[in-house]
Order: sequence, then structure tokens, then C-alpha cells
Amino acid sequence: MPQTAVLQAERAKSAADRRIGRVFLTETGQTDYSRRSTNELIYCQIMDATGAEIVVRCLAEEGVEFVFGYPGGAVLNIYDEIFKQNKFKHVLVRHEQAAVHAADAYARATGRVGVALVTSGPGVTNAVTGIATAYMDSIPIVVVTGQVPTPAIGLDAFQEVDTVGITRPCVKHNFLVKDVKDLAATMKKAFIIAATGRPGPVVVDVPKDVTAHITDFVYPDTVEMRSYNPVVKGHSGQMKRAVQMLLEARRPMIYAGGGVVLGDASAQLLELARLLGFPVTNTLMGLGGHPATDKQNLGMLGMHGTYEANMAMQHCDVLLAVGARFDDRVIGNPAHFAREQRRIIHIDVDPSSISKRVKVDVPIVGDVKNVLNDMLALLKQAKEKPDAPALNAWWTQVELWRSKNCLKYNQNGAIIKPQYVVEKLWEVTQGDAYITSDVGQHQMWAAQYYKFDKPRRWINSGGLGTMGVGLPYAMGVQLAFPDAQVACITGESSIQMCIQELSTCKQYRIPVKVVTLNNRYMGMVRQWQEFFYGSRYAESYMESLPDFVKLAEAYGHIGMRIDKPEDVEGALKEAFSPALKERLVFMDFQTDQTENVFPMVEGGKGLSEMILAEEL
Amino acid sequence: MRHIISLLMENEAGALSRVAGLFSARAYNIESLTVAPTEDATLSRMTIVTTGSEEIIEQITKQLNKLVDVIKVMDLTEGSHIERELMLVKVKAVGMGREEMKRTADIFRGRIIDVTEATYTIEMTGTGSKLDAFLEAIDSAFIIETVRTGASGIGRGERSLKV
Repeated sequence: MPQTAVLQAERAKSAADRRIGRVFLTETGQTDYSRRSTNELIYCQIMDATGAEIVVRCLAEEGVEFVFGYPGGAVLNIYDEIFKQNKFKHVLVRHEQAAVHAADAYARATGRVGVALVTSGPGVTNAVTGIATAYMDSIPIVVVTGQVPTPAIGLDAFQEVDTVGITRPCVKHNFLVKDVKDLAATMKKAFIIAATGRPGPVVVDVPKDVTAHITDFVYPDTVEMRSYNPVVKGHSGQMKRAVQMLLEARRPMIYAGGGVVLGDASAQLLELARLLGFPVTNTLMGLGGHPATDKQNLGMLGMHGTYEANMAMQHCDVLLAVGARFDDRVIGNPAHFAREQRRIIHIDVDPSSISKRVKVDVPIVGDVKNVLNDMLALLKQAKEKPDAPALNAWWTQVELWRSKNCLKYNQNGAIIKPQYVVEKLWEVTQGDAYITSDVGQHQMWAAQYYKFDKPRRWINSGGLGTMGVGLPYAMGVQLAFPDAQVACITGESSIQMCIQELSTCKQYRIPVKVVTLNNRYMGMVRQWQEFFYGSRYAESYMESLPDFVKLAEAYGHIGMRIDKPEDVEGALKEAFSPALKERLVFMDFQTDQTENVFPMVEGGKGLSEMILAEEL
Repeated sequence: MRHIISLLMENEAGALSRVAGLFSARAYNIESLTVAPTEDATLSRMTIVTTGSEEIIEQITKQLNKLVDVIKVMDLTEGSHIERELMLVKVKAVGMGREEMKRTADIFRGRIIDVTEATYTIEMTGTGSKLDAFLEAIDSAFIIETVRTGASGIGRGERSLKV
């Protein structure tokens, strides 16, 4: 995709210049992108811009590469300005939910702020699922929403909803811009708030008349907000205590969450873990934050975590939690977790994540990367070393747990095991693909069997658990990295929740590979019904599934149906072959209907009370 | 335990609903909430009376601090503080009861701010418990209506909440 490459080069250039923050103007008052200087103008100034123009200029100034959106009445002025510019590319989705998911995935994969643009009313309500998904996983996105004209607000106008009200509980912050003079500063605030501290979605609601009003455009380099000052550096006394505690540990454990990925701190985490020689577990959101194939990595923990990770978590005496939040799917029942004595160090950028579900001994509020860097420096200065004999004994115990080989499964027989497909996918892509997933059993198998060695490679909806994210997520990632291998691991139920995006993929030639683990059931629902509802499979069987091969072909893609285990590897190899590099391939794997995800910690149970595959 | 949380926030449209929304979304108790601009018109000061365990109060202050519009949060009950609430009570004041009502109001240092042949309207400030005590001291049959502001609070001495 040469056009994307050009955009990326431009983005890199403009990002470098923007840091200096000096922009030239042409004679007509437009930004002159060909002339940038380090010492002339402080602001990018365009006289007499309309609100719509301002929105578009702000996005360009932020170095936005893609805007995912869907037009409508309230945003027509903005779309008209998009038509006239070439600084960023607009990607027309088929449903607003997908626009926000794609922007969200772009942010997860690149670490930059994703942008979506939707119209008022139904545009906003459709976007809410995407916004809430990003909110639960702390993903930096800016969603610009159209609104009815200010004089019509509150009069039940056509396509009016209270956007600020409807999105308030699921955004980091939101704005209604009533005066075009506030628009540029508000856009700047939106990008700052989205990306800093604990990241999150920010909604900017712009009434249609504001997009037509005219003002001087000044895009500020930065905006001071007296009420918003996220903590950056950790408390030095607390960090000293933490390092002391780590060195005294006899059964230590490092528990790393999504904060390590979002905070770009995986290199620091790896160094710390190496230096200390401690075992590491990742949460679902933290996969790739510490390399899965590293000897010290015990895999994912939690409801479907590995036996060794959960046992070590339960029985450790010093726990270092990094950018994780002890949520219900991770530690199970907090009372059971608290039965074992252990001291907890918790590093998080958000103070409200600390001591929320589990009381901690050493709270450290700050940017994870800064804190880990400071702790590494302290560790290197320290005269003491970790207690080697105690650590050896602990590793012996951990290895004993690991030897249970809790993820083993049996691919003998004529039916494809879903785990086998994921393992083969890992092999075929050399463990180097970007994997997006939907929500359910396939998500857990992807997390368990695709060994992520790099951060930002695993893109899924962890907090909200939104079915339907997989395909739009894959779009956002593939657009950001046109040459990368991108696979969407999904199920036949999840994929149908945003399947219309196959059309978007066709329009923009987005060659993602869809790996559908088709067991004709909402697998996770079926699993819970089998375990906890006497195998009464209420409404979890999907009848009348479409012929996915024909469906993919109808959208202009390639479809494959794979029934036999011996065809799995060949199909994957073909899909990822150079011949199909430019094509979207939809693989419909007919998998075992009765397969369950193990290990499993039932809701309300403790981490060490897992059900293992062999026990059934 | 009862806590009085004071906070300063940007005086912007929707700021109150962010706080109110936070309390309902996270199922925190809210006994009373008062809000008005300060001497600096860009700032609103809010006093929230809430109850909860220490863990919950800690979460409440952290979550309030996390709101982008909130500038400062203080748990007044952590130190010595003064708490006042304003109440207006309209009572029946006829016959023998009229004189008795005046006396009771005087005892509680209430002021009668509106008089008709048959009613008094009494203004009274104090802690919530003092206002409760007054309402208990007069016969409930005499009460026509009451309106209370909820508590406002301020730290004692040097202790202050400012930007």
C-alpha cells in the first residue's frame, strides 16, 4: 500500500516538526507544510476558518493518519472539509461501532491516538459500544461526534441524543463545544487527555452550526489544565521499600498487566525480571508485555490461566503487580486470594486502581516505564542480591506445577481441535503476526496457544468483552501496518456481529486473514451451560449459519472451508502465502463442538481451585 | 461511617452531573450534595456527605480526583472542621402554639423570617443533628413544610481547600 507508506513518512516528519511547534503559513493563510522552521512562529495560524475546517486542521496538526467514520447530516460540513484535504485518509466503515473499534485497534497496535468521526443521534449510539470497549481497556481514542445545531439542542430534534450524557460513564472525558472559539483548544485537550495518564477515550461533540461558524484558528502547542495533572514519577521512598521487599522475597512473583503494554514498558519489565530471576505471569491484556516463550514466563493467569501461573500467584510471598488491576477474572474470589499471606507491591498510573479489590502494602503511583526504570537503577545499586537458595526452591516448585502441562490437548481423531488451529497459526506466522480476536472460547484459546513475544501484537476486548470487535480490530491494525501479517481469530457467532466490515475490507483492500473456529455454538455460553446449567443449552446453538465461503466470495474475498485436521496447516499456509498477500482470506474451520476451555476457575472460586481438563 | 467530602471543580456545564453520575454508577451512598460557585466564578465548591467503609471512602476520593474537571478533593472529616446546614421550616402558628413556637425557635437560635396570621417561617442553621433536634422538639403536626440545603463544610484554623 504505497499510499499508506507515504502517509506514514509524512506523519513521522510532521511529528518531528510538531515537537518543535513552529509552522509557516502560505500567503492565503493556510499551513504551509513544505516550509517548517524551528524559530519563527509559535502557533499554526489560519485566519477565518470554519469550525469544520478547524476540526480537520486539528486532526492534521495532530499527525492523524486515519479517521474511521461514517457521514451523516450533522457532520456534513466536516466531511466537506475532509473531501478538500489530503493530510489524512478517511476510512468509510459500514457501521459506526466498527469505526470506533478500528480506531481503538489502531491505537492499541501503534500506541498513537486513534480517531473516529460519527454523526449525531444513531451515529453516536452505535459508537457507544466501541467507546465503552476502549474505556474498559484504557485505550487512547478521540471520537468526534456531530450534534444538532445549538439552538435545536434539547428540543428533541431529528437525530438528537444527549451525547455528552450518554457517553459520560464510558469516557475518560467528554466535551460539548458550544462556541467555535473553543474548538481548537478543546481538540488539543481531547488529544492530551486521551493519551496521557491512564489513557482512555475522549468524545468531542460538535453541533452543526459550530462547524459552520467562523473564527481565527490557532492550534496551541499545548493546553494547561489546572484540574488535570497525571502523576508521572513514582515516589522515591516507596520505590526503595519496594526494591527492599523484592530482594527479601523467598517466593516472588511478577504479575504484569495491560499497563506494561500501554506504557511501553516491556523492555524494562524484561530487564527487571532477568535481573531478579523471578517468574512472570501476564494478564489477558498484558500478553506480549513479557515474552511468552521466555523461560521465566508462566503464561496467562486468571479464570483460564495456566495452572503454574495461578498456583504461583496464590502461593507467592511477595507479589509485584505492574500495570494490572486485580480484576475478578484475574484473581477470582478476593477473599480466597487473601487467605495466603503475601506482601504486594502495586505500580499503576491510576491511583484508583490501587487497593480497589485487593489491599496492597506498597502502592506506587506513576508511569510504569518511569517507575520500572527507577527501580532498575535502585536494584543495580543495591548490595544485596535475591536469596538464591530460596529462589531455587521456589522455581523447583513452580516447575513441578508447570510439569502438569495444563494446556495439553489431543488432536487424534477426525475432528479439528480449536487449539490445534491456533497452534498451527502460531507456527505458520512464526509467532510474529498481529492477532485480533473476538470474545469467547476462541479468544481464550488464542490467548493460551498463540505465544506473544512482543507487545501490541495481541488486540482483544479484555474488559468489556465485546463480541464483534475482531474484524474491525484487524482492519485498524492492518491499515497501520500494511505489510504485517494480521489474523482475526474469531467464532461463527462473534464474526456475525460486525461481518458487514468485509465490505470495508474490500473497498480499502485490507488483506486480513479471518480464522473462524466454527463450532456452531456460542462456545463459552455453551461451556457454562454444560458446567453450571445441567447441559441445558438455552439459545446457544446457532442454526441457519450462512455459508461463510460463499459469503466471503459475495463480498469479493476468498473463502475456505476446512473440515479435516490434516488440512489445517495447508489452509493456513495458503492463506498467508505471497500469492494471497493482497487478499482477505476467510477460513471457516469446522471445529469440535464439545471442546471446553481449560483450566478454568469458576466464578466466585479461588485461583488455586482450578478445573483441569484431565479431571473431567 | 459518615464523611464530608469537599471539592473544588471547574464551574462548567455538566460538572455536577459527572459527580452525581460517578456516585450512582459505582453505587456509592450520597446523603447530601451542595454546590455553588466560589469567589472565583470559574470554580465551584461542592460538599458531599456520604457514608461507607474506609475502603469505599478511599475509592470515592480517588475516583473524584480522577474526574478531569475536579481540581482538589478533601475529606473534611479527616481533621477538625465546621459543618453547617441551612433549614427553612414553615410551621402552623395559631393560638397557644404561636407563642410556644416562637420560644422553641429562639432556644434553637432560629429566626422567624416570614409571618402570617396562621404561620411562621423559621430560618435555622447548624449541624444536621441540631436541625433534626429542632424538628423533633416541635410537634410534627405543626410542620407544614421543611427545606434543607444539606451540609456545607470548611476546615478549622489554617486548614483550607483552595487552588
